[in-house]
Amino acid sequence: MESLAIYVPRLVTTKEYFAPGHRACMGCGEALAVRLVCKALGRNIIIANATGCMEIVSSPLPSTSWEVPWIHTLFENTAAVASGIEAGIKVLRRKGKYTKRTKVVAMAGDGGTADIGFQALSGVLERGHDLIYICFDNEAYMNTGIQRSSSTPLGASTTTSPAGKVSIGQTTWKKNMPAIAVAHDIPYVATACHSYPFDLMNKISKAIEIKGPSYIHILSVCPTGWRLPSDLTIKAGRLAIETGIFPLYEVEKDRYTLNLDFPQLRPIEDYFKLQGRFRHLSKEITSQIQERVAAEYAKLKKKATSNNY
Amino acid sequence: MKRTGMEGSFAIAEAIKLARVEAVAAYPITPQTHIVERLAEFVANGELDAEYIPVESEHSAMSACLGTSAVGARTFTATASQGLELMHEVLYVASGLRLPIVMTVANRALSAPLSIWTDHSDAMATRDCGWIQIFAENAQQAFDLTLCAFRIAEDPIVLLPTMFHIDGFYVSHTIESVEFLEQEVVDKFLPEYRHPYPLDPDKPVTIGAFGPPFIYTEAKKAHEAALRSSKKVILRVWQEFSKLSGRHYSPVESYKAEDADVLLLCMGSFSETAMMAIDKMQAEGQKVGLIRLRLWRPFPTEELRQAVSKAQVLIILDRALSLGGTPPVCSEIQAALYPLKTRPKIVSFVGSLGGREISAQGFEEVIRHGVDKAKQGELDEFEIIGVRE
Repeated sequence: MESLAIYVPRLVTTKEYFAPGHRACMGCGEALAVRLVCKALGRNIIIANATGCMEIVSSPLPSTSWEVPWIHTLFENTAAVASGIEAGIKVLRRKGKYTKRTKVVAMAGDGGTADIGFQALSGVLERGHDLIYICFDNEAYMNTGIQRSSSTPLGASTTTSPAGKVSIGQTTWKKNMPAIAVAHDIPYVATACHSYPFDLMNKISKAIEIKGPSYIHILSVCPTGWRLPSDLTIKAGRLAIETGIFPLYEVEKDRYTLNLDFPQLRPIEDYFKLQGRFRHLSKEITSQIQERVAAEYAKLKKKATSNNY
Repeated sequence: MKRTGMEGSFAIAEAIKLARVEAVAAYPITPQTHIVERLAEFVANGELDAEYIPVESEHSAMSACLGTSAVGARTFTATASQGLELMHEVLYVASGLRLPIVMTVANRALSAPLSIWTDHSDAMATRDCGWIQIFAENAQQAFDLTLCAFRIAEDPIVLLPTMFHIDGFYVSHTIESVEFLEQEVVDKFLPEYRHPYPLDPDKPVTIGAFGPPFIYTEAKKAHEAALRSSKKVILRVWQEFSKLSGRHYSPVESYKAEDADVLLLCMGSFSETAMMAIDKMQAEGQKVGLIRLRLWRPFPTEELRQAVSKAQVLIILDRALSLGGTPPVCSEIQAALYPLKTRPKIVSFVGSLGGREISAQGFEEVIRHGVDKAKQGELDEFEIIGVRE
């Protein structure tokens, strides 16, 4: 991570654009991530938000947690709505009816991104709209009742992929959304986690300056869905990175940077044993997952070192 | 005012250009494609200063329209059939959020079996989505009503999306003589769109918050009231337009129906052919007339009651089924007339599904058959006409 980050606290605004008083669960990693994202975004933005946890906890009529212009329409169309906002601003600016340089931001959960919203997101990335798409990934459909999504990791027990006598829980590997975003050949892709707040905010600040689409995938720890005490959110996020399960990296025009590299990754058991959703896993499955994590991390590291300046 | 021979789709595109639309999001689907292709050409040639968003689906087309409209850009799209169905859930959002998007639907049958030809199944499936819905019969009406649609939708007391229907191919692909308006005339008729609460960082608003049970009903009641009260704006706009163009439109239009005992009621391009049948039958001394239902939502109950008050038989020709129920236009009309003490006998037919033609002679047969049914009192069920047995 950049050593400059240590000086950043003084530069972080005290202004909150995601107001306190929302209805998120105790210890919600996503609410924390949204708060940090909004701080980094500043006031000159318009947010399009998908149906999901953040919409439900922040906007029960007649109250709102949003101190910036915000629109929610449906579950799967957030990217498309954001592309409309961006195009609308563009034409109005051209005609002299809009003078600000406003950044458009789309926010969605993993279900709204990797599953039902996948097509609209792909369309937006392909068309090259000047906007930031942020996926808050808590690895399941959480506010509908902890059901599996294509972003749920292998072996996690959810209400629609329950662990049972003949099942390990989720039977497929987590869909690699950042890699899919990279495949669209967009200018900026990054992963982040609320447990590394300055890294997260730096990435948002970077995305604001980029012309064209940026995709930021934020791991958001969910104590409710992960069966985890609510005071362990930050720790769980850190362990996801330290075990190599969720590496922090950036891809700028095909150039990979591993933001936080470890000579030695921690064993994934350290991360798993904190959480109820992996409690049932046998040693055999755990070691399979361990192998996969090591292999994926090595691949990423190779990409980062081979193209480094 | 110049008069030009032009395809219906292109006439609509001309109206969109004259309306100085600022954003178009579209996905190609037969038979609406010529409209958005022409618009894409206008944008490509710099004749129309708009953002053209070539989206990856109709769902995203309407979704992008939500965005452009919410930020304050005048927005248009067009679709048909399966495309309209794919948009379906977004249609409710557009009207619920009171975004005055204008959309042309080139009516087409629904799968399965796959059909690209016209009927009103797609229109009827969107009946309850809270949009203003208007039916045009030919290219001239399509041109006129497109311009009116923006005025109506964007009126501050309306702020509702407007869908206007044209029959696929019969209107979209047929070359007709169309009288256009000059740009200066349209500019005066159609002022700049300004949404009262756009998405703007200087005045942050939350749009599309979720409605708990204690507020949802009130929100829907407000929507219902807005849609109902849009009728007076529609009437005003059409009246104003008639002063401008000499062409007058009203929610329910009668054709040679003053002394008619028997009335045929239909919507869309159908009515043009039906007129030929009416002309011929009247020349033969029969007391028949035609009612064209132009405004579908808000439903013009009063106007309809007045238009059919003197008739003895009302033959309704639906161009869609409500599978397992009463045909949609017929059931609306039955509901509207039921409370009246005296009302015509209603005969319900469904015809011309999936592009099956009905000729002028065919309409004569429909009317005769309808009168026979009314005489015999066989009115409890509808009949699909022209089925090969």
